[in-house]
Amino acid sequence: MSRIQSCFAELKESQRVALIPFITAGDSEPALTVPLMHALVESGADLIELGIPFSDPMADGPVIQKAAERALEHNVSLRDVLQMVAEFRQRDAATPVLLMGYLNPVEVMGYEAFSAEAGEAGVDGVLIVDLPPEEGGEILPLLYAHQIDPVFLIAPTSDRSRIQKICDASRGYVYYVSLKGITGAGHLDLDSVARRVSEIREISQLPIGVGFGIKDAATAAAMGKLADAVIVGSAIVNRIAEHQGDAEATIKAVSSFVGELRAGLDR
Amino acid sequence: MIETSLMPDENGYFGEYGGQIIPPELIQIMNDINDAYDEIRHTSAFQDELADLNKHYVGRPSPIYYAKKLSKQVGGARIFFKREDLNHTGAHKINHCLGEALLAKHMGKTKVLAETGAGQHGVALATACALMDLECEIHMGEIDIEKEHPNVTKMKILGCKLVPVTRGTKTLKDAVDSAFEEYLKDPVNYFYAIGSVVGPHPFPRMVRDFQSIVGKEARAQFLEEQGKLPDIVMACVGGGSNAIGLFTEFLPDESVEMIGVEPAGKGLDTPDNAATLTLGSKGALHGFKCYNLQDDNGEPLPVYSIASGLDYPGVGPQHCYLKDLGRVRYESVDDKACLDAFMTLSRTEGIIPALESAHAVAYAMDIAKDMSPDQTILINLSGRGDKDADFVAERLSL
Repeated sequence: MSRIQSCFAELKESQRVALIPFITAGDSEPALTVPLMHALVESGADLIELGIPFSDPMADGPVIQKAAERALEHNVSLRDVLQMVAEFRQRDAATPVLLMGYLNPVEVMGYEAFSAEAGEAGVDGVLIVDLPPEEGGEILPLLYAHQIDPVFLIAPTSDRSRIQKICDASRGYVYYVSLKGITGAGHLDLDSVARRVSEIREISQLPIGVGFGIKDAATAAAMGKLADAVIVGSAIVNRIAEHQGDAEATIKAVSSFVGELRAGLDR
Repeated sequence: MIETSLMPDENGYFGEYGGQIIPPELIQIMNDINDAYDEIRHTSAFQDELADLNKHYVGRPSPIYYAKKLSKQVGGARIFFKREDLNHTGAHKINHCLGEALLAKHMGKTKVLAETGAGQHGVALATACALMDLECEIHMGEIDIEKEHPNVTKMKILGCKLVPVTRGTKTLKDAVDSAFEEYLKDPVNYFYAIGSVVGPHPFPRMVRDFQSIVGKEARAQFLEEQGKLPDIVMACVGGGSNAIGLFTEFLPDESVEMIGVEPAGKGLDTPDNAATLTLGSKGALHGFKCYNLQDDNGEPLPVYSIASGLDYPGVGPQHCYLKDLGRVRYESVDDKACLDAFMTLSRTEGIIPALESAHAVAYAMDIAKDMSPDQTILINLSGRGDKDADFVAERLSL
């Protein structure tokens, strides 16, 4: 069983909803990432999504784009991100880490090298935003072989056969995008999320994470009633942006916010 | 002999290039576009409408012109132009914009959007949308907006919404990101009419098909007028739409050499170029796999060309495949040679070319002098230089 699978199994046992914060590796400076990851766990994160910075993040809104830009100012590469995960693993052997990013850095590194080195570093899952299952013929077997769970996005526009295809290729969990468009946009429609989540449940046994548009403890709590995991990205990245240049203040602000989300979910 | 039926294969691949490197939710939408395109392209209603527009609206067929004075001045091979610069809106871009707009209309899409570099695609798309009563939104980098203001003005007059792109390089690459971001807000009802033979399948194929009218006409015209095929066909390559448009019909003609000319900018030994096929490596960008100008970490480089329409770190997947097959040779020309060709063509023939097209003219002038007068070079003069006139005049202190 992979670390992600055991994490969800334990959560199910204790009837808790997973809290999955997203941060971009190297934002706002490379030295901050590992301490921030530990702080996320200490404030209640069950799993961490770590963004691989990329200059052309076609599905991300301005908030996460800017996070990538801040990281790229420090030339944070995919290998640097793997190094950060390895460093995180020295102190935390339990919390699953999922890398989220775009295909090109992985393509350039090579699928075999990436899968092997990511496995070695202690990466548990990978979500490549611009890789649909249809294009995964080469990389998916390598990820499975290195015990890395591929996670795919399901969109509000995905039909049944698409959801089936995505669930078949996914391991660990699936990520339901609760809003159309880019990250950090718009308003949530709880009823439609509820309908879609139950549709996914009819198709797959995989845990369902819901993300996009979760801004505070109240929306997290509402989403937590529908899904197995709640993913929060832009709202956390905003706090990193607000306190850039001050590592201590960043960690404090992010920890306090993640603590609120945790409390909201556990209420 | 090249097997053209596999360009692309059923998954949208030209060899190992192309495909659909996009969020999973877009696969269905791209496949719907592919199906709708396959459904209508053979219908006589669609063919007749497009043919009628091509003839009466665009002014097709565009002529082939023998540049006698230029050829004489260069000495050597005879140089011919396929005059896409004479099309309505001043470039080859109208060829695929009319096709894309007809398709968008057929599919009941409510808004058409796209990126533009030099503004040629933007103007052509805004034109097609005005004609077909479609809402149009064009994303354009701030640097290009400044440089190409005549096209910006035209787009505004034509009633399209122009979105200035201030992020990243503020040029074509980031205009694509920005337009794509808008597209993702409602991909079911929007149509992203990509501006070249790039992007996810089916766009490289579809835009190629719409552009291939250039080569179809040119081959027949050249045969009729010269009694033989040209020795070399040549075009500039940014994304590669005008080049593919000219090359496609000639692919099976083994006697015809093909050359794509890329922008070497300030020099291949400087970072300021956009010679993707000359210097790039394999990668994936903007929805498809292709050669990219990128660093060791897979970050696209901030490329540069004097011609905004060529200023792009990727290139159409079919060009990548044709390069690997050795069927097309890709060369490059720097800003200086491009400007020289721009002025020379203007003053010998009275034809002001687009800076993009001037790259092909420059390379032809370079090799023609070592060829014999019974040899011929056919260049796709893909656009006219009205949009570049002020920029060049200022640059050369005219």
